[in-house]
Amino acid sequence: MADAVVTPVTEVRRARPKPRSRLRKFFERKSTIAFFMALPLILLIFTLVIYPAFYAIYLTTLNKRMTATAWMKNCTYLPDWICTYIPFGNLQFLLTRETFWMVFWQSCLFAITAVIFKALIGFIVSHLVHNIPAKGQRKWRGMLLVPWVIPAAMSTLAWQWLFDPSYSAFNWILAQFEIERIAWTGVAHWARFSVILVNIWIGAPFFMIMYLAALKSVPDQLYEAAEIDGANWWQRIWFVTLPMMRNIIAITALFSTIVTFANFDIVRVLTAGGPLDKTHLFATWSFRLGIEGGDIPLGATVSLFMVPILAVAAAFILRDITRRGNEA
Amino acid sequence: MTSVTVDKAGPTRATPKYGSIKRDRAWALRWSFVFLTLFAFAFLIPPIYMFITSLKTSAEISAAKNPWWVFNPTLGNYIDLLAAPQYLIFFKNSAIVSVSVVVITMLIAIPAAFALSRMRFWGSATLATGVFLTYLIPETLLFLPLFKMFAVFNELTGIQLLNRWWVLLVVYPTLTVPFATWIMIGYFASIPKELDEAAIIDGASWMQTLVRVFVPVALPGIIAATIFAFTVSWAQFLYPLAFTTSIDQLVLPVGIITTLIKGDVFNWGQIMTGALLGAAPPLIIYAFLMDYYIAGLTAGSTKG
Amino acid sequence: MADVSIRKVFKRYDSVEAVRGIDLEIKDHEFVVLVGPSGCGKSTTLRMIAGLEEITAGEIAIDDIVVNDVPPKDRDIAMVFQNYALYPHMTVAENMSFGLRLKRFPKPEIKARVDEAARILDITELLDRKPKALSGGQRQRVAMGRAIVRHPKVFLFDEPLSNLDAKLRVQMRTEIKRVHQKVKTTTVYVTHDQVEAMTLADRVVVMNHGVIEQVGPPNELYHAPLTKFVAGFIGSPAMNFIPCKLEDAGDGLRVRLTGDYAFPVPQARVARYRPHLASPNLLFGVRPEHVAESRPHAEPGIHPFEVGLDVTEPMGMETLVYFKVNGAEVCGRVSPTAGAADNARMRLAIDMNNMHLIDDATGMVL
Repeated sequence: MADAVVTPVTEVRRARPKPRSRLRKFFERKSTIAFFMALPLILLIFTLVIYPAFYAIYLTTLNKRMTATAWMKNCTYLPDWICTYIPFGNLQFLLTRETFWMVFWQSCLFAITAVIFKALIGFIVSHLVHNIPAKGQRKWRGMLLVPWVIPAAMSTLAWQWLFDPSYSAFNWILAQFEIERIAWTGVAHWARFSVILVNIWIGAPFFMIMYLAALKSVPDQLYEAAEIDGANWWQRIWFVTLPMMRNIIAITALFSTIVTFANFDIVRVLTAGGPLDKTHLFATWSFRLGIEGGDIPLGATVSLFMVPILAVAAAFILRDITRRGNEA
Repeated sequence: MTSVTVDKAGPTRATPKYGSIKRDRAWALRWSFVFLTLFAFAFLIPPIYMFITSLKTSAEISAAKNPWWVFNPTLGNYIDLLAAPQYLIFFKNSAIVSVSVVVITMLIAIPAAFALSRMRFWGSATLATGVFLTYLIPETLLFLPLFKMFAVFNELTGIQLLNRWWVLLVVYPTLTVPFATWIMIGYFASIPKELDEAAIIDGASWMQTLVRVFVPVALPGIIAATIFAFTVSWAQFLYPLAFTTSIDQLVLPVGIITTLIKGDVFNWGQIMTGALLGAAPPLIIYAFLMDYYIAGLTAGSTKG
Repeated sequence: MADVSIRKVFKRYDSVEAVRGIDLEIKDHEFVVLVGPSGCGKSTTLRMIAGLEEITAGEIAIDDIVVNDVPPKDRDIAMVFQNYALYPHMTVAENMSFGLRLKRFPKPEIKARVDEAARILDITELLDRKPKALSGGQRQRVAMGRAIVRHPKVFLFDEPLSNLDAKLRVQMRTEIKRVHQKVKTTTVYVTHDQVEAMTLADRVVVMNHGVIEQVGPPNELYHAPLTKFVAGFIGSPAMNFIPCKLEDAGDGLRVRLTGDYAFPVPQARVARYRPHLASPNLLFGVRPEHVAESRPHAEPGIHPFEVGLDVTEPMGMETLVYFKVNGAEVCGRVSPTAGAADNARMRLAIDMNNMHLIDDATGMVL
């Protein structure tokens, strides 16, 4: 910026007769002050985010006791003299494990299903709130956001109790209708259903709030114009609401994809990955392997599998943010 | 938003065709309320059930009675819990950690946001983007390398960070600072440039401009960021679970889950009470500062 | 109190040159208005005086001290911004005293100065209010008060009235003039509104494309513009420019607009214009008030002619008439009782004593 420009001025009649030292001038420069104001942030990001991220990559190359490199072995595609010098033994180990592929599949299923339903419910509920008179909206919005406000670990405990096999409040209701009780967290597909349900419950309010904000930013005249043009309510949603909200819908979904894909709390508290690892996600499985199993390199390798998907979502969000920044 | 109410939609017209708009709207409104009630009920079941259970004795919980009703309400769970030194330690740890993290976050985020939005320096645009990207990195990606880093740090310096509650003061800012900085950049950007120029002409240094002009003017944003930092710190589960194990070092969420669940014995009355009390601080803040809370929530992706 | 010298000042942003070498001496107590279209560099110049922009080349001196490297706070200037830039969280009194408090003035001194400024501006009863509770005009006064309490060497105004509605603008214009007469501080005032410039200034500086077109008292600029730009920019409605040819008419000269219209040049100017007899790109410039209804008795230099009007605009005290001559639209000002009507023919008279001849190739008034 402009501060870097040197001013080629004749040295006659300086404002301050006493010459300022170069060092002092450096410290008085705007950009210098700014740099020091941002320094704690820069240090924080470098030492506690960027460095650990690269450290994680290094960790994946180590063996369980972190004393030696985990070389690959017995590659089918490569001759041994190359294979045994590639330090991705952990990766090789994971890719040949059935559990890993199960976790991979579960993470995707969990994230995709949950995000779709959160978006759908959020969209519907935001419209319902938007429909009612303005003065009542605050109250409803306040109630509907409660699941998002309660710490996830705490509310998941409540769900765990609701799902309890023997004293389950849900099963009691089913029993009143003489329906057989369900092992909500005991059978693989019900357990998966349960963790997804809890995630939807926690996350849908966030979508609702975001969509509501977007709805409020659509000028009423657009709807009135559409109505005069003869659009029915469905056409108004399709041709007015959705295009106007497209940005927010996309960015909220991307945000949520990141958070959901990397989710830990719900599965950890509700099922701890069980039954038989059938609900593990990357995050919970890497915790199980890395902290509880004491194999930090293997756990780090598992968690790094989240990176590609997170990176894609982040890239899309960033593109959207910078594009809007340029428009402004 | 028309404030059409049901009873006003009534008067019959000579030509029913023209009355239909009003009637349609009234019906739409009625259905909106019906479905909203259903959704609100579904959304509130878990906290309500927490509350119901917290009022029950163990005997009533294990009896095969209607679990949705309290037959013998009691405050016993609350009394037991609040008398247990353990639980109070968790609560105290949580409170100290959350409040300290809020202070640390603000001390880092506000000057940084000011520098990034107002002063510009070499690489500041990149840094702003970097801050946003950092906000997108989930804690589940970093807890293992951090765990190992702290272990190595202990070997090198003899300073033990693991299994100390204050390790959380080191790691929580990675979650709160990027977002707080990001929304503060948005708030500062909305302050007209003439305001800092006026301050500079009035003789304020950059620091004085920040403290005496920007901070007061951006107070709503600061409150939103504070709420965010507090709730994130209070609710964080993975880091304390991974980094702390001794009972006197635990924060509330981990404390409740690791100590109240003993083996296979679930004392659900106590667990629900603990969880409800643990959820109380964020809920109370939310109840009183809802507008700031929501402003912070939507600011992350709508501002910037 | 001080004078301001601007010497060969340039301002370059990345690739754009906003200010291209301007020289200006502003004397003590003077009220100087920088005026020009948006993007002409007037605001940049003001901001360089204030110290908000760095000077790329050249120097600015306040009171004979070069201030190129002096931060704004040490330049002893005060500035009033277009959007007032009042601190929203401070009361009026706090807003006004902020600068003094930062400089750690003693409390009684601060109070005395604030009260004095409030009295000058007639805002004493507003001192405890927040800016949000003030009207546009009141905010403007507070912004001026903030400048006055500092007792600065120079007042800088950056389009201070453009956010006000038309009526209030006129009122505040008078107010600014009154305040200046009272405090007599050297003032540099930036505006794009030439009426503001004319009414307020001791001297007007017309800028265009980063250079100064002309400096002078308002009337000089109005009656003796040096360039086509100044001639067209100052005055409302703007001066008419009609393509013309200069013809030899014996001992005199004639300005020929079309085959039908040709008017003799006043004798006093013949010598001045004669060298341009063959110039191809001449423009004839005349202000609307010098195109009026024809009078019954002849006056020297005033020549009647007849045109078909296109449009008339009754303004109350006068009627503006528009017609076309040689492809250029011409505006004239006639008395409302002169009987001007749309699409009617009308007999007008042109006052050649106030004509201007412009070389369109160089943009200079001849």
